[in-house]
Amino acid sequence: MPETVISAQNLDLTFETNDGPVHALKDITLDIAEGEFVSLIGPSGCGKTTLLRVIADLEQPTGGTVSINGMTPEQARLARAYGYVFQQAALLPWRTIEDNVALPLEVMGLDKATRSGRIKSNLELVNLAGFEKKFPWQLSGGMQQRASIARALAVEPDMLLMDEPFGALDEIVRDHLNEQLLKLWAKTKKTVVFVTHSIPEAVFLSTKIVVMSPRPGRIHEIIDCDLGADRPLDIRETSEFLRIAHQVREGLKAGHSYDE
Amino acid sequence: MSAFRPNWQALLSLLATIYSLTALPFTATMNPAWSIAAVVILAAGALVSMLRAASSIQTTALALASFGAAALLIVGLADASGTATAGYFAALVAAWLLGWRLVTVLSGDGSRGSQSGNLISITVPALFGIWVLILWECIVRGAGVPFVLLPPPSAIGLRFAGSLPILAADFRQTVLKAVLFGYVVGSLTGFLVAILADRFRFFANGLLPIGNMVSALPMIGIAPIMVIWFGFDWQSKAAVVIVMTFFPMLVNTLAGLAATGDMERDLMRTYGASHWQVLLKLRLQAAMPFIFNALKINSTLALIGAIVAEFFGTPIVGMGFRISTEVGRMNLDMVWAEIALAAVVGSLFYGALALLERTVTFWHPSYRR
Repeated sequence: MPETVISAQNLDLTFETNDGPVHALKDITLDIAEGEFVSLIGPSGCGKTTLLRVIADLEQPTGGTVSINGMTPEQARLARAYGYVFQQAALLPWRTIEDNVALPLEVMGLDKATRSGRIKSNLELVNLAGFEKKFPWQLSGGMQQRASIARALAVEPDMLLMDEPFGALDEIVRDHLNEQLLKLWAKTKKTVVFVTHSIPEAVFLSTKIVVMSPRPGRIHEIIDCDLGADRPLDIRETSEFLRIAHQVREGLKAGHSYDE
Repeated sequence: MSAFRPNWQALLSLLATIYSLTALPFTATMNPAWSIAAVVILAAGALVSMLRAASSIQTTALALASFGAAALLIVGLADASGTATAGYFAALVAAWLLGWRLVTVLSGDGSRGSQSGNLISITVPALFGIWVLILWECIVRGAGVPFVLLPPPSAIGLRFAGSLPILAADFRQTVLKAVLFGYVVGSLTGFLVAILADRFRFFANGLLPIGNMVSALPMIGIAPIMVIWFGFDWQSKAAVVIVMTFFPMLVNTLAGLAATGDMERDLMRTYGASHWQVLLKLRLQAAMPFIFNALKINSTLALIGAIVAEFFGTPIVGMGFRISTEVGRMNLDMVWAEIALAAVVGSLFYGALALLERTVTFWHPSYRR
């Protein structure tokens, strides 16, 4: 039995806004084991991004606890236990690709030799070798997002937190990056928490799918997704894949995600 | 296909040339033969420019015709101020139209040619500037505009060349001492205070209203006070410049520091970066376009401030001092020479900053290549 790395107990989060309090997360309890690929899926406003941000210590819960490898989220953040990939690549335009990957390493105070070693290996991992000297705005959207994944991996974190990383890309690029992400996951054995609102993406990538529902944001259902380690793109036409996708859709429907 | 391709500048120029024949000679002292020569040159230039010829032939003919005629017209004004006839001005307009046509041909008739783009981007504004000077010279001297109202550029140029030591001394006093010192100190303190105000919010809350008030003070009001406080020499002018440049830099830097996106800040937070790391690696870089904006605004403000402040008491040197005293002595050519100096200095200052900006903020969408 693999060890639990992320454990959330009875999480609550209420934002105070001008229109009154917004209940973003309600009574979230979730355990994620080492090496798992967990997708959080649900409609906009279901709190999936907020949950990810609470794990990353970018939001403070108003109730409940989160522990990451036995640490608080803040300790985990300062220990660089995770790499975070945002909806946009968020590369700094004045830095070349290699300098962008070096950014977290400079913050950590690593020496130059270590930095260049990690830049090289991680850019190779995302198939961006040869683009080190390019500036972000000279690359396509998909390449930019791959560079941002290399940047997150360069920290050598135990886990990857990904917030709709391919949401802004077209479907062909997205399929391609999904495949690459799976290979990357198989190679690095990192724990991944992946926020998405695409059912095929969630089923294709995950070992476990967390279906969330809105107002207030809560977990509706947790679906295991054991399609095995080897998943070519064609797997999306198999009956097993379609069965799980259907189950996710039913879960979303039952959680009132399709209500007007 | 006809060998003829008319264009409106050349046609109008021909009309003006023909009209100029009605009032020969052009000025009281101008030899009729020279006047005829100018007419012939103009007509030839206009005709060649309407031939279907290579653009190199056209530009050569247009340049020779327009500048040749202009030279004859300027020479014809010798000892003949205020005697120019209507024909003279018609010929001037004809020459100017050919100059316009020259610029049009050089710019490639609207279609974007890639070759020698750099050379053209310098030649076109240069031609434009030269024609402003030619028209100024011919109109002022031809129509006999009083010297006090507007001296011709040739007189200003002569005065400029003849007063180089005085101009150099004024430049040293006003620009190298007051402007440079005030600009550097004012911009630097504005920048540093912005960094502090960004770190300690209460500082910004207290300082911004006061800064707002100071920047709203009329410079004319604070300049005499600075002279009383800091004496007649350049220090009081530098103080005026500091007051004028401090606030634009403060406000722009604060705005620039706030320009970073939430996502980039969250990113730095996930790295556990400290305030100063975020500032150095992210926010200052993102603020650079704003900071350069302030530097450019300040470059013009500093020059204006130092010159005007010298109106309120100064040792007997300085660009502002020279302007105010020479106006009193009706030496308007000297005033214009100082204005020309200020214009050149200001343009070079601004241009150098713009060049530096391009190098530092090469990544900005407006400069990307």
